[in-house]
Amino acid sequence: MAVIRKYLSILRVRFTNGMQYRAAALAGIVTQFAWGFLYLLLYRAFYQSDAGAFPMDQQSLAAYIWLQQAFLALFAVWTLDNDIFELISSGNIAYELCRPCDLYSMLFFRTLGSRLARAALRCGPILLVAALLPAPYGMRLPASWAAAGLFVLSFCLGALVVAAFGMLIYISAFFTISPMGVRLIAVSLVDFLSGSIIPIPFFPKALQLIFSILPFGAMQNVPFRIYGGDLNGIEATVSILLQAFWLAVLIWIGRMMMKKALHRVVIQGG
Amino acid sequence: MIELHNICKTFRVARRGGGMKSAARALFHREYDTIQALDHISFTIQDGEMVGYIGPNGAGKSSSIKIMSGILTPDSGECVINGRIPWKQRKEHVREIGVVFGQRSQLWWDVPVIDSFELIRDIYSVEPSRYRKNLDTLASMLSLETILKTPARQLSLGQRMRCEIAASLLHDPKVLFLDEPTIGLDAVSKIAVRDFIKALNRERGTTVILTTHDMQDIEALTERILLIGKGQILLDGSLAELRQRRCGKRDITVSFSRTQASGLETFQNPPKGLSLRELLNGRAVWEAEMDSCPVSEAIAWLSTQVEVTDLSVSQPSAEELVVGLYREFGV
Repeated sequence: MAVIRKYLSILRVRFTNGMQYRAAALAGIVTQFAWGFLYLLLYRAFYQSDAGAFPMDQQSLAAYIWLQQAFLALFAVWTLDNDIFELISSGNIAYELCRPCDLYSMLFFRTLGSRLARAALRCGPILLVAALLPAPYGMRLPASWAAAGLFVLSFCLGALVVAAFGMLIYISAFFTISPMGVRLIAVSLVDFLSGSIIPIPFFPKALQLIFSILPFGAMQNVPFRIYGGDLNGIEATVSILLQAFWLAVLIWIGRMMMKKALHRVVIQGG
Repeated sequence: MIELHNICKTFRVARRGGGMKSAARALFHREYDTIQALDHISFTIQDGEMVGYIGPNGAGKSSSIKIMSGILTPDSGECVINGRIPWKQRKEHVREIGVVFGQRSQLWWDVPVIDSFELIRDIYSVEPSRYRKNLDTLASMLSLETILKTPARQLSLGQRMRCEIAASLLHDPKVLFLDEPTIGLDAVSKIAVRDFIKALNRERGTTVILTTHDMQDIEALTERILLIGKGQILLDGSLAELRQRRCGKRDITVSFSRTQASGLETFQNPPKGLSLRELLNGRAVWEAEMDSCPVSEAIAWLSTQVEVTDLSVSQPSAEELVVGLYREFGV
C-alpha cells in the first residue's frame, strides 16, 4: 500500500503542477476545436464524393475525431514532459536516484501525471460541444453498456501504452546528449502508424492488418473505434488483449533500457 | 560508519581538436581519454563526525559523494556505509542518507514548497506524526514558516537552499552529504546554514560530510579535513593539525610612508627565512619562517629598512593553508 501511495503522490504533484497552466490549456482547446472541425469537413468531402468507398460510418468517425481532440494529451506521443528531458540532461536526476524508489516507476507516474493534467484541462469543453453538435458531426453515447465498459478498459490501456512508449523516448535521453533527434523520428512515425493522422481503417487492407498488430495500433486506434462501434465483438476483445500485451512488452523494454542506462550513466556536471 | 577502501573510478571522455577538420574526423573515429577520477581512495568516518571534504575543481569530490550516495558504481574497491554497499543495496541505503547537491534542486519548481515536502514524506513513507515533528523543528530552525507556501521558483537562492536542506532531512537520515551547500549564498544565509548544520550534528548526532570551496565553512564547521586532489586522498587530519604543519610561518604586513621609494631596491638583503610575498604602493607582505627568522628579528630588520607606519603579524588563514597545500601537493 505504501508503495502505491509513493507513486500516486508523484502523480498528484505532477498533476497539480500541470493544472496551473491555464493560458496554455485555453490555447490548446481553441487549437483542438479548429483541428476537429477541419477534419470533419475534410472527411465530409470524401464521404460526399463516394460514400461507398468510405470505410467507417460518419457517426463513428465523428466520435473518433472528437475523442482524439479531447484526449490529445493522453494519446499523442508528442505531448512529452519536457521537465523529464530537462531532469536527465541537466543531471538533476541525481536527486531522483537518491530516493528509495524505482526510477522507472517514478518517471512513469510523473509522465502520466503530466498527461492527465493536460487532458483534464482540455477535454471538458471539447466533449461538451461535441455532444451538442447535430448528427452525424457530434458524439453520441456508445451503443451498449458492454461497449462502454470495453471502451473504458481500452481507453486506460491505450493511455498507458502511449505513456510506456513515451518512456522509451525519455530513456533514450540517457544515451544521447540531445534527445531531439530520437524524439522527432519517433513522434512522426507514431503519428502515422497509430492512426492519429488518418484513422487506420482508411489505409489499404494489408497495411491495416500490420498497423493493428504493431504496438502503435494499441494506442488510440482501439478505444476510439470501440466507442463509435466501428470495432466490436470478438475483434474488440482481441484488440484489448493485444493492448495489454504491448503494454507489458513496452514496460519490459523500458525497464531493460533503464537498467542499462543506469549502469553506464554519468551524471552530467558538478 | 562509513568505510571506503581502495575505491577507483575512471571516466572515458571523448576528445578532439578544435576546428572543422577534427570535427569531421571525429564523425568516423572517436578518440577517448581515460580520466582517473578516483585513484585508490580510502578513509573511515565514524558516526557523528563532521568532515570537510576539500579539493580543487575536478579533484573527485563529487564523484566520491555520488559513490557514497549509491548513484555511481566504482570500478573497483569497497565502500560500506552502515553495513551496506550503497550501489548494491541502493533502496535500503538511501533511506538512511540525505543528500544536498548545492548546484541542483529537488524542489518542484511551480508548486509551493510544502507540496514538495509532502511528496518527499510519501516517497520515504515517513509517519505523519514524525513528519509533523520534523517539519516543525526544521521550519523553526531554518526559519521557513513564511516561505513554505511559496512556489520554489519565487524563492531567493538563500531561501531555496534552506528549503533544500530541510527537504533532505525530513526522513531523519543518519548521514547527510552536503555537496557545496553554501555556493552562491550571501553572508547572512551562509551563517544561517552553517549554524543549522552545526546544531544538527550536535543535537541529532547526524554524520555530516561536506564538500565546499568556502574555507569559512570548513573553519566554522569541521574538525576533520579530507583533502583530495587528482583522485587521491592527500591529507586526512584536523584543521588544527594542518595549522601546526604550517604554523612555523607568520605573515607580516608592513605599511611605510610613501615618500620612500616603493621598489624592491628599498629592501636589501633580508635575513634568512624572511621572504617578500607582495609589494604594492607602500605596503609589503612578508612571510617569516620562525625557525630561522623569529618575528622580533624580522620586525627589527624591517624598521631599519623603511619608516614603518603600521605593522601586523598574522597566522595564515584556512584559505591560505589550503592554497599552500594545493601548491605543496601540486594539485
